[in-house]
Amino acid sequence: MGGAALAVRDLVAGYGPVSALRDVSIDVPDGAVVTVLGGNGAGKSTLLRAISRTLSFHGGAMTGGSVTLDGRPLDGRGADRVVAAGVSQVPEGRQVFARMTVEDNLRAGALGARGPRTAKAAALRRVHELFPVLAERARQQAGLLSGGEQQMLAVGRALMASPRLLLLDEPSLGLAPLMAARIGDTIREINGQGTSVLLVEQNAALALRLATHAYVLEVGEVTLSGPAAELAASDEVRRRYLGVVDETAADDASRATAAHPVLSRWEDSR
Amino acid sequence: MTTFAELLLNGVSLGSVYALIALGFVVIFKATEVVNFAHASLLLAGGYVTAVLHDDIGFWPALLAGVAGAALVGAAVEFLVMRRYRGRDHSVLAIVTIGVDILLVTELTRRIGTNVLAVGDPWGDAVLTIGSVTIAETRVAALIAAGLLITAFLLVFRHTSWGVAMRAAAESAETAALMGVRLGRVSLGAWAVAGGLAAVAALFLTVFPTPGLERSTSLAAMKAFPAAILGGLDSTTGALVGGLTVGVTESLATGYQSDLTFLGRGLGDLAPYLVMIVILLVRPAGLFGTKELARV
Repeated sequence: MGGAALAVRDLVAGYGPVSALRDVSIDVPDGAVVTVLGGNGAGKSTLLRAISRTLSFHGGAMTGGSVTLDGRPLDGRGADRVVAAGVSQVPEGRQVFARMTVEDNLRAGALGARGPRTAKAAALRRVHELFPVLAERARQQAGLLSGGEQQMLAVGRALMASPRLLLLDEPSLGLAPLMAARIGDTIREINGQGTSVLLVEQNAALALRLATHAYVLEVGEVTLSGPAAELAASDEVRRRYLGVVDETAADDASRATAAHPVLSRWEDSR
Repeated sequence: MTTFAELLLNGVSLGSVYALIALGFVVIFKATEVVNFAHASLLLAGGYVTAVLHDDIGFWPALLAGVAGAALVGAAVEFLVMRRYRGRDHSVLAIVTIGVDILLVTELTRRIGTNVLAVGDPWGDAVLTIGSVTIAETRVAALIAAGLLITAFLLVFRHTSWGVAMRAAAESAETAALMGVRLGRVSLGAWAVAGGLAAVAALFLTVFPTPGLERSTSLAAMKAFPAAILGGLDSTTGALVGGLTVGVTESLATGYQSDLTFLGRGLGDLAPYLVMIVILLVRPAGLFGTKELARV
């Protein structure tokens, strides 16, 4: 199935007069797991929307920069072309089609995939292997599944298009720790099968365990980036995102805060 | 008792025709969340094409042409008008459809004039007698045709990729777009299907006992509005139940009019709206409609 390399260069995006991302550059190498950390309103979802070309649904637009997959531009195309190019997104809050059956949700996931029927059948087998519960509940209404099962369905639905790059928006949101860890294992397994992964998370501990490379997004700009292990060890990330507090780290962090304005309690409903 | 059976049968047949119209109405609403006030003009367009062509090319080809014509008009309205306004408020779009309706109906009325056009159907005024119950062949044909079309539509809606895309887009346009569903195509398809169904309905609204296609045919089509609304605008089942309810109500109210003279004349035309109002008082979202939930 193979992976694909994503390159985001100097991305500028916003919603009308509100700027959401400024000169954001992010790389997802072929076969890697890359994570983007950040608080509410940092621009994480905007970044994924810019890649999947769904900003217009929120009244937003990409006004600068470029997004390429294996060197071919993704920007300036419709959302369906992005899916056809091999990029699938698991939206924030799962967004399963609640009134449709589990089976039909998975069928919907395969709608944008180019390729023969056999490829879709293989994708369905793979999803059922990853999430046996989706085979058991095939005829049930998706809205009746538990939160964890809905997240599995959302991931499974995205995999139905046999993506080479999987975008995940807060997959652990609202899940019990055990279920979040399970979703984490699944992401590792999917990546092990060759799919590149771009993971947006608030659960930094989970994300840094999975990722090889990490970016920290704050108020629309990349403020930190590096190998995930290094970031996990850095004082600032430890204090801000991992909940570890010590004196020097606190000092470092307040200096960093002075350099970058941070809206710490910014509630974003988008 | 015989009268009642006859009225009921006629009502069910009429109701199935309303259901065809209401179904198209619901399909457009589900796919695009737009209330299509131009639906009656699609119906008139389909009927007009059939009526004009049947002398030259025969009834069945003319009917096919009518269906294709109405589907084309529907698709054209979507492509040339609605698409320009995508992303706008849905109430704005609903008002745009009123404008489209006025344009189309004005042009068709000009062409039809004061004429009553025959559609050249093969049933004429023949009647079928089963026991003591007598019913026009056209009503039987309407019931069978509407039944077949509705069944076919529901099967397609449930089992094909088009149906899955349609239902996905109806639940969440953005998520459907993330699946690679082309929303433009879904919406175009919805308008075309709605037009086609309306053209078939036009045929059965203009055959015996109605004299033929005339200017006021689009008014008859308006009765499908209460059908769609009382069933719940976003429910295909609702469209069917609503259509039958309106058809049976209208037929019974007209048939027993002489016993109900204290209510004044023309009760048959009024009854569907009365039923709609009563049902909406009890269930504001219609019989099968999804309750409006405020997202926070």
